[in-house]
Amino acid sequence: MLQRIRKLREAGVMGINRRNADYTLPYNPRRLYPLVDDKLQTKRLALQAGMAVPELYGVIAHEYEVKRLGETLQPHHSFVIKPAHGSGGNGIVVVTGRMRQMYRKAGGTLIDAEELAYHVSNTLSGLYSLGGYPDQAIVEYRVQFDPVFEAISYQGVPDIRIIVFLGVPVMAMVRLPTRASEGKANLHQGAIGVGVDIATGRTLGAVWGNETVDEHPDTGNPVNEVEVPGWGELLHLAARCCELTGLGYQGVDIVLDRELGPLILEINARPGLNIQIANRTGLLHRLRAVERHHRELDSVAARIAFARARFAYAP
Amino acid sequence: MNRHHLYLLSGALTAIALLVFAYKVFVLHFPLAPDTTSDSWELEVRAAFRAYSRPVKLSMYIPRSNTQYALIDENFISRGYGFSAKNVDGNRRVTWSTRKAGGEQVLYYRAVVRRIGSSYPVLPAKSERPKPAGYEGAHRAAADTLIADIRAHSADVDSFVTELIKRLDNPGKDENASLLLGRNPDMERRMDVAVDVLAEAGIVARVVHGLRLQELQRDLHPVAWLEVVDKGVWRPYNVASATAGLPDDYMRWWHGDVPLVELKGARQLKTRLAVRLIKESGLSSAAMRGKLVTPGLVDFSLLSLPIETQAVYQVLLLVPLGAFLLVVLRNVVGVKTFGTFMPVLIALAFRETQLLWGILLFALVVGLGLAVRFYLDQLKLLLVPRLASVLTVVVLLMALISVVSFKLGIERGLSVALFPMIIMTMTIERMSIVWEERGAGEAIEQGVGSLAVAAAAYLVMSVEELRHLAFVFPELLLILLSATLLLGRYSGYRLTELVRFRALTRD
Repeated sequence: MLQRIRKLREAGVMGINRRNADYTLPYNPRRLYPLVDDKLQTKRLALQAGMAVPELYGVIAHEYEVKRLGETLQPHHSFVIKPAHGSGGNGIVVVTGRMRQMYRKAGGTLIDAEELAYHVSNTLSGLYSLGGYPDQAIVEYRVQFDPVFEAISYQGVPDIRIIVFLGVPVMAMVRLPTRASEGKANLHQGAIGVGVDIATGRTLGAVWGNETVDEHPDTGNPVNEVEVPGWGELLHLAARCCELTGLGYQGVDIVLDRELGPLILEINARPGLNIQIANRTGLLHRLRAVERHHRELDSVAARIAFARARFAYAP
Repeated sequence: MNRHHLYLLSGALTAIALLVFAYKVFVLHFPLAPDTTSDSWELEVRAAFRAYSRPVKLSMYIPRSNTQYALIDENFISRGYGFSAKNVDGNRRVTWSTRKAGGEQVLYYRAVVRRIGSSYPVLPAKSERPKPAGYEGAHRAAADTLIADIRAHSADVDSFVTELIKRLDNPGKDENASLLLGRNPDMERRMDVAVDVLAEAGIVARVVHGLRLQELQRDLHPVAWLEVVDKGVWRPYNVASATAGLPDDYMRWWHGDVPLVELKGARQLKTRLAVRLIKESGLSSAAMRGKLVTPGLVDFSLLSLPIETQAVYQVLLLVPLGAFLLVVLRNVVGVKTFGTFMPVLIALAFRETQLLWGILLFALVVGLGLAVRFYLDQLKLLLVPRLASVLTVVVLLMALISVVSFKLGIERGLSVALFPMIIMTMTIERMSIVWEERGAGEAIEQGVGSLAVAAAAYLVMSVEELRHLAFVFPELLLILLSATLLLGRYSGYRLTELVRFRALTRD
């Protein structure tokens, strides 16, 4: 057992206690949490800062606005409706097109205007929000996924999680939906996480549950050696989120759009720890390096250069 | 970080605790381990009532020394009341009175008794004729037939009384007994009839009240039995068990039909009786010594509180111990539980239900509650109404389990009522959410984790030595506090993380 602890220490693996005591508690002031727990606020902040997010088509905040849902949706052929305080991907409806008066959902099934209004109404009453509090429904642009991960994901929405500490991207992974995760990209629901080399944007091995894997469990294709397109731009986007939210330690979730490039989906103030298994290395050495040097890094470009130089994958 | 601040604070707390502890152990000689050899009890009667600015008079029977129990010490606590004690017809009775009192009033009587004899006290009786019961008509005939019948079946006073009690205990078989008992043959009525019938038979008897002296008992009720004159002394008969004699933990208090406390000029009388075995024979002498050396230390300790409150603190002081265990199991071992302090509260309930039954009942209520919660889920209710519905169901389930288990003759099932229902409701709610979001495996893992922590907390909290230490040396909790503070900054691995990150320990 002691040997195991020593090995974990050597690898710089961070446990929950350390994350909470040394990173989230001191670097993430509680008053900033609402900025990231409410996706609408995150989106507005990002728009003010001129950062790329899926375009906001409309917000439905009150029950009487549900009647005007049709007008809000009228100009758009496809869109996504989601709860502002949702968790774990619950309550998200993806509409890919229309057929006469009906809407076509991502799985191909049809839904009429009344059913859609009922769903929005449920969202407002807090059915999908954390703790069941009254919520708002967001209507936004439906991301046209970049085909880069097509061979290694099973339906759903693959995204890229980057841990950003004091403005420096320290570790990244691609989260790929599986049959077990039912199209959702959350690791604890069964999605796999594939480590990404910070220096090059190339994928490494993956984690599924708490185990390391090298192929996608459903498609069987190897997950490594895929190059994430526009990696530099992705790092840039993630690094700027530090100024955006004020959180010192955060996980930034980014999706890749075929035409618009990387878009910020949401930000997490308590990002999970299994990203370390995906990258086959611990976070602590990197975090400490940032703590030692972040005063010298006075621009976004300098922070990214620091990250690419220091946190390159070393087999 | 303020690490130095933290170390300084915990160091100071530990130092203070150790100093006080050492002083109590080495100078005042407070005992380190519980001592159960003593035969003394502390009794307390608390009479609370509401007065309305009028003259108030409260009378109370108080025990008197006899050949079985000796009164060692007694106290009357009554601010602003005049009081007088006198002997009335063989009973001791104290009367508190005041010209004018308003609002909530509380009077205390406290006494320490020591057992000096193991058999029922020897009480000589004056030779006198019993007062006739004054039966008429059908009752007279029934009484006469009953007496004649019992006489035919008995040889002396003792066997007569025993036979009579037996018949009154089972009135269905004897129509004369059942006629005399009337429609509502409760214990009080049975005793009154026994006294009357014995009087008709020329035997003097009376109803006596007393207490069962147990280790620690709050909200105690007086028990009653019968005393009958036989060969010049009063002999006890236990009407409740229809036998002669009494176990020796019954302490005689007073006799007659008058209740323990009588109140005139005020209302809403609430009488509470408490008794505690004085285990700390060494402790009381230590406390006495402390009073002489440093008056403040003992006067402001838990030992100066009323017994009833002391009993509450004996439990409360164990809660931090359970909480500490929880901190260790959650943050150092990494056991997942529902809710932060739910396991500690469940552990407190286990004290009443016992461990195995507690786990069984808990699993039953939560399991059934979960089933109902999943059904309610289809109705898509909002949070607060949903919680209220689950709470209602939990209360009904608890009632149902109590009724069913009582019908089946399982007394333990009744103690399900002691589970904190709000905590149960929140557990069901959290469990169903985890079930939905993370799957059944995770939900069951956390449920089992919670129960395991609760069981461990219960086991630790029932260690007699720890209970004694926490109660006699509450300052030791400061050491626990400083350890908890230090754990609050523990940033090492949890034991479960060694398994979780095992993939990173391979070469």
